[in-house]
Amino acid sequence: MSKLSSNYLVQTRTRASSISAIVALALVVLALALPAFASRSLIQDMFFILTMLVLAQFWNLLAGYGGLVSVGQQAFVGIGAYAMFGVVILLGFDPVASILIGGIAALVLAIPTAFFAFRLQGAYFAIGTWVIAEVVRLLVAQWKQVGGGTGTSLPRSATSDMWFTGAIETLFDVKSAAARDILAYWLAVVLAVATIAGIYWLLRTKRGLGLAAVRDNIEAAKSVGVDAVRMKWLVFLVSAFGTGLAGGLIYLQKARISPDAAFSLQDWTAYVIFIAVIGGIGTIEGPILGVLVFFILQSLLADYGSWYLMVLGLIGIAIMLFAPRGLWGLFSDRTGIELFPVRRRLTGGRLSATSSSSKEE
Amino acid sequence: MIWVDTILQGILLGGLYALFAAGLSLVFGIMRLVNLAHGDLIVLGAYLILLLVTLTGLSPFVAAAVAMPFMFALGYGLQKFMLNRVLGDDILPPLLVTFGLSVVLQNALLEGFSADSQRIQAGSLSTASIEIAGIGLGVMPLLTFASALVVIIGLNQLFYRTSLGRAFRATSDDPTTASLMGIKPAGIFAKATGIAMIIVTIAALYLGMRSNFDPSIGPARLIYAFEAVIIGGLGSLWGTLAGGVIIGVAQTVGAAINPEWQILAGHLAFLVVLLVRPRGLFPRAVD
Repeated sequence: MSKLSSNYLVQTRTRASSISAIVALALVVLALALPAFASRSLIQDMFFILTMLVLAQFWNLLAGYGGLVSVGQQAFVGIGAYAMFGVVILLGFDPVASILIGGIAALVLAIPTAFFAFRLQGAYFAIGTWVIAEVVRLLVAQWKQVGGGTGTSLPRSATSDMWFTGAIETLFDVKSAAARDILAYWLAVVLAVATIAGIYWLLRTKRGLGLAAVRDNIEAAKSVGVDAVRMKWLVFLVSAFGTGLAGGLIYLQKARISPDAAFSLQDWTAYVIFIAVIGGIGTIEGPILGVLVFFILQSLLADYGSWYLMVLGLIGIAIMLFAPRGLWGLFSDRTGIELFPVRRRLTGGRLSATSSSSKEE
Repeated sequence: MIWVDTILQGILLGGLYALFAAGLSLVFGIMRLVNLAHGDLIVLGAYLILLLVTLTGLSPFVAAAVAMPFMFALGYGLQKFMLNRVLGDDILPPLLVTFGLSVVLQNALLEGFSADSQRIQAGSLSTASIEIAGIGLGVMPLLTFASALVVIIGLNQLFYRTSLGRAFRATSDDPTTASLMGIKPAGIFAKATGIAMIIVTIAALYLGMRSNFDPSIGPARLIYAFEAVIIGGLGSLWGTLAGGVIIGVAQTVGAAINPEWQILAGHLAFLVVLLVRPRGLFPRAVD
């Protein structure tokens, strides 16, 4: 490809993406500084938004990019949370460090899960992952040392002298419970930024290109040498690891766990699917927009209980029927704006019939 | 002797799971659609029968017969106006639409009927039993199993003896070619979902008479149905019955060992079959 004239540039950057990069950087700085002036309830809301965003990004990576519709992500949230509780309670680890164990546990669980679920084609994969999540929930409910079916709490000794909380208490002059919320929030900011940056990086590499090819046409992708099975394993394991980390972090903040809550289909998969669907599947911007819409809907309608879920379900159905690419898809189609562009564009020079080749990557 | 009894109970329980699964199997066989709201539709059927029984004092069996045309119409409309729009090569839209439907149905039932558990009263029938060779068998489980047999024989007859069945098979094989022969796939799909809803009503009748139900139990029924379909092998109705029986036996044997293991044992049996025979015991369709 060295024949290509140096006038030509292959780039993914657009003006909107350059602006959004600067805005994103400013937002991250603001988010990190937020505990200095925000109330505790706002910090808790932000924690919820950020952790749901992480879950939605990983589900989106699976379904939107990998073509793997999982209805069993609660398995990885639950196992991440329980592994975190397990090493804190049984081995006396620090909860913050134990979040990493949660991610690793989810990764380990993902190997047999993928082995079974990949035997099921298409739609049956979805229910297969769900069955495995049920199996894990029922098995964990037998684990008496972490409370069995009724669950347990993080021991007070572990939560009171958790890493960094002492420093946060003196820094912001708050009580230890509030300091724990701030710590969890900061970790959520880091996790969300790392998730988005990591997924964006992955999609822009050669692997990401292969992934998109597998999603769009698996046979065509195979014919040009993309290893489709390896791609599926890659996204499945990456998603499981990230989802497990999020699970550990969510239950670090909650400090109380039970199998029914940690393996809840509604909380960790249904909501997450609606976030991705409403925002737009197959884009990084989609879940970000989706989680904001979801949070606003929840704040407005949460008092109405089951009506709220009905509305959420109806919105999800309507979006799939009339705007399958979600709200961000509608916006992006009209304006052409992409905040996280992954498309490679040929720019510069003059296009002529003789120089029709373009280089990927 | 206690083990023979346990296994017999399991086989009869399998009849119920086969009833759950038959509708799912039918719809998947014809249009490759996995309806994630299948379990919730069964629960909806149970509430409809309960409502008819409470309001009119009809016998549950008559009430189910009355409910059938309504459920057929519901399935027909659902397919025609909603699901047909999302069918295609991409599996994501139909899955997510039916998932949304599942959440809507569950919460609509919760709003309409509260979370209290209900039961369709079947009078003396629910406790009646007959004794065969020293083993007491409940009339209700026997009736369930017999109904499952009737449904499966009926579906096979429909598939292989009627022109509608021929249209089903043709559309299943190749919708484009079938439409060249004057078959409208959209209409065929709608009829198939309607018929699946009739089977759902039968399943709902036995679900409601045999045990308590509440709006939240749909997803678990979907999972049992799904496991039965996969164990049996896609596209084989008799396989679906065998799959239901395997899940049923695994559950009763698991429960006999430790009551907490009932559900788990069913799931594990499914995973073992998936490990040994990934395409099920009696695979027919190549998908």
